[in-house]
Amino acid sequence: MLLAQVEQVQVPDLDFPAIAPILIVLGAACVSVLFEAFLPRSARWAAQFGLSVLTLVGAGAALLAYLGDAPATGVTTLAGALAVDKPALFLWATLLILGLGSVFLMADRRVEPGGAFAADAAIRPGTIQDRAQATTVMQTEVFPLALFSLGGMMVFTASNDLLTMFIALEVLSLPLYLMCGLARRRRLISQEAAVKYFLLGAFASAFFLYGLALLYGYAGSIKLSAIAAAAGGSDRSDTLLFAGIGLLVVGLLFKAAVGPFHTWSPDVYQGAPTPVTAFMGACTKVAAFGGILRVFSVAFEATSWEWRGVLWGVAIVSMLIGAILGLTQTDIKRMVAYSSVAHAGFLLIGSIALTDEGRAATLFYLLTYGFTTLSVFAVISLVRDANGEATQISSWAGLAKRSPVVAGIFTVLLLALAGIPFTSGFVGKFVVFSAALADGMAPLVVIALLASAVAAFFYLRIIVLMYMREPEEDGPTVSLPGVPTTITIALGVAVTILLGVFPSAVLDWSVVGAFVS
Amino acid sequence: MSGAFLLPALLFLPLVGGVVVALLRNNDKLAKLAALGFSLGELVLAVFAWIAFDANGARLQLTSSVEWIPQFGVNFALGVDGIALVMIALIAFLVPIVIGASWEEKLPEGRTLGGFLSLILVMETFMVGVFAATDVFLFYVFFEAMLIPAYFLIGRFGGPRRTYAAMKFFLYSLLGGLIMLASVIGVYVTSADVLGKGTFEWAKLAEISKDLSPTAQFWLFLGFFVAFAIKAPLVPLHTWLPDSAAEAPVGVGVLLVGVLDKVGTFGFLRYGLSLFPEASKQLAPLVLVLAVIGILYGAFLAFGQSDMKRFVAFTSIAHFGFIALGIFAFSSQSISGSVLYMVNHGISTGMLFLVVGMVMARGGSRQFADYGGMAKLTPVLGGLFLVAGLSSLALPGTNSFVSEFLVLVGSFPNEPVFTILASVGMVLAALYVLRAYQQIMQGPVRGTALVGLAGGPGSATDPESDTFKSKIADLSRRELIVLAPLVALIIGLGVYPKPVLDVITPSVTATMTEAGVTDPVVAQEGDK
Repeated sequence: MLLAQVEQVQVPDLDFPAIAPILIVLGAACVSVLFEAFLPRSARWAAQFGLSVLTLVGAGAALLAYLGDAPATGVTTLAGALAVDKPALFLWATLLILGLGSVFLMADRRVEPGGAFAADAAIRPGTIQDRAQATTVMQTEVFPLALFSLGGMMVFTASNDLLTMFIALEVLSLPLYLMCGLARRRRLISQEAAVKYFLLGAFASAFFLYGLALLYGYAGSIKLSAIAAAAGGSDRSDTLLFAGIGLLVVGLLFKAAVGPFHTWSPDVYQGAPTPVTAFMGACTKVAAFGGILRVFSVAFEATSWEWRGVLWGVAIVSMLIGAILGLTQTDIKRMVAYSSVAHAGFLLIGSIALTDEGRAATLFYLLTYGFTTLSVFAVISLVRDANGEATQISSWAGLAKRSPVVAGIFTVLLLALAGIPFTSGFVGKFVVFSAALADGMAPLVVIALLASAVAAFFYLRIIVLMYMREPEEDGPTVSLPGVPTTITIALGVAVTILLGVFPSAVLDWSVVGAFVS
Repeated sequence: MSGAFLLPALLFLPLVGGVVVALLRNNDKLAKLAALGFSLGELVLAVFAWIAFDANGARLQLTSSVEWIPQFGVNFALGVDGIALVMIALIAFLVPIVIGASWEEKLPEGRTLGGFLSLILVMETFMVGVFAATDVFLFYVFFEAMLIPAYFLIGRFGGPRRTYAAMKFFLYSLLGGLIMLASVIGVYVTSADVLGKGTFEWAKLAEISKDLSPTAQFWLFLGFFVAFAIKAPLVPLHTWLPDSAAEAPVGVGVLLVGVLDKVGTFGFLRYGLSLFPEASKQLAPLVLVLAVIGILYGAFLAFGQSDMKRFVAFTSIAHFGFIALGIFAFSSQSISGSVLYMVNHGISTGMLFLVVGMVMARGGSRQFADYGGMAKLTPVLGGLFLVAGLSSLALPGTNSFVSEFLVLVGSFPNEPVFTILASVGMVLAALYVLRAYQQIMQGPVRGTALVGLAGGPGSATDPESDTFKSKIADLSRRELIVLAPLVALIIGLGVYPKPVLDVITPSVTATMTEAGVTDPVVAQEGDK
């Protein structure tokens, strides 16, 4: 009797090699919390930084080791909660390497003396204690937060049912909300950004959850494959299905900062400490679009005729909002935020192509865009005046004269964002648009190209400022970056140029085939 | 045919030169010499390419191809036909002249001549690339990449409104380029449908695109058309050219108008007529109307300009009208004439730009009204200004006459009305060129640029005095050396255009075969 009961409880199959990268990252995040609690303050920075780098490299090594004998079609594990397939592995690799770059930026203590983060985020801005902490070294809680967030992103891109996806969404979001409020300088707008992001993010999560509930009501299961099977042929209520898809997609598009669900992104990008902005701009984008790709391809492919038209509209709106509102920005971080809204529109085009080419193109674009964005924010963090980062675009005038190297690097990155040939941005645009065109979305491609032309104007404006204006008397100077920031910038620029000139190898990797479910 | 290394060498030599010159930019003299050396080396290579080219040989020659992005069937494929060859030769010929002309260029504060020349050389690489690419993707890449050095050349080294001009130039071209990108991708996707595996190889595309439905051809061609119409520039899309040409340094202006814009007309031939014959015929009436409007409108505006550099830009718009007319009149004479016109226009307008630049270097003003009677002080400059002007108005005996005549004679049987209207442009050309010459060179010495403002420092100067004459000096030896080859070609090609025509004609015939058009029956032996 007792024995029979024990036998009934099935321990789910665990494919340890497949999920090792996730386990390493999340496990190290827990260790990192312990470090924070038990290590003396003086030892924490080195320990946390070292642990984070080791973790990400180790997870990458585990991923590579698994890649060798991974089944070509992918596997599902944890009772089908996680799907470890080629797209997931590609996204994980992308996340790990971009995460590594972000961790380098967070660890830099030279650009901003003491680090970009507040020593004690709980102190109210403007008080005496706050002024006192301005000169002390940073708190290192940002490292465990980043690791948790990254772990959440990895689960998110591989989750095979909606509930896992929701939990992953929260695991990746909650640390981000906190990280946004940690800025050492200009703490008020940093905290404002954190609150804004949290409130709007909570709404988006609610949307997602509501959509999840409706879809469960429709299909009787939260598994993506079960939803697909139910939608494939049944006489159940379409209202539940479409309302569910709509709400779920709103939640996803919010995370990806696709217009018109982008309203949080300019404020948050501007207010958050720049290394965190870089982390959000690169990694969150990858995770969100990874999730979008999986949900669209696995769960909703059968109904694509019904929802694709709506997403055409969303993509158009996103591209136009990003390109047009980007023109009017005076703050460089806000400008990059709007640029990322436009790029999200391009990515959405690739995501709704629902072909192997479309998937490959989106993944490639995510990789190239992530590297470029990371370096863009790294460079932004270098240009400073007495009040910290000089994010007013007008204060960048004549930068080429003061610091030709930084201006040159930034020009390459801006040209990549604009999609000029010989940069990765061009190849990315090319693959996405050709996939879209092959899938019959010619009007969308034309609109995307026009939006690119408009967006080029604001990238160019900065090049004009840097190269063709005289520097102001009390203009900002370029701080000498520490080693970690230098590595991130160098890596980003190298990838941007290399993938622009020799994209073949990575294009091959990005051809990942279908999702497993 | 051997000589496959020639095009890659032509492509990369200026790039290497650009890097070397950029490294030497702190030493003006060394940088200048290095730049000149590289550009002359390029010229030598171009001569070799000319020799290695067999005019009656294969459609594309000196070909080489290296796999670049195999996933998309993109090859780093180079090759030339006669039309591309003469354009590359023109580039190789003009760049050393431009470098010579910029030898003592007054640059905005804080800019080095080395930086300037290095960008010129980088731009030369991309210009050669545009004409030498036989892979549509590669063509597009060069087409866009060319913008970057041009943008910095205008924006960093130009006149007072240089930022505005550079921005306008870049955005116009980029917009055209992006619309073209849609078509480039479209062509690729179509080829994937037809062949099973997508390709960008021009020759293969030319085979399959003819069989497309007229609608598909039309939309695909439209993308290319907009880009080329902006580049060429056809009239409603021309407004960037006067600004860019006026604000660009003189040398850049020469390359901009002399070569860069030819990408548009070259594109009409290589990517319009050959790839989309039906669509080209469909759009021909529109192009012809725009071309004739360009000829007349450009001439009128040239006549009305008060700024000398804008004047040259508007004469070019008129000339581009002739080139477009010849291409879309679809006869072998008119197209040959257009291609020859592309070369001649580069030479004569290039020279006009240079002499205008030399006038400005002396007077320090871009306004016609500030000059007068300059030929008295600088007779040689005056004479060469006249030569450039006469070549520009296509006086018989100069190079432009041959090409303009061919265009008009060749166009007449197919398009009599447009041809008659266009020939009015010849008269107008005489009007605007001679007016400009008269204003600057003829009559008594006058104008604030030459004699100073009334009551100002120069007002009391006697134009006959030696001190005055030494201030406004005639051409230096360097300037003479710069202009001499241009004068030689203007007269040489005016009297004996055969060597160039021989290279062009077989390619033109091939283009016409690809476009599926034949000469009208009434065509005569013409110039043979």
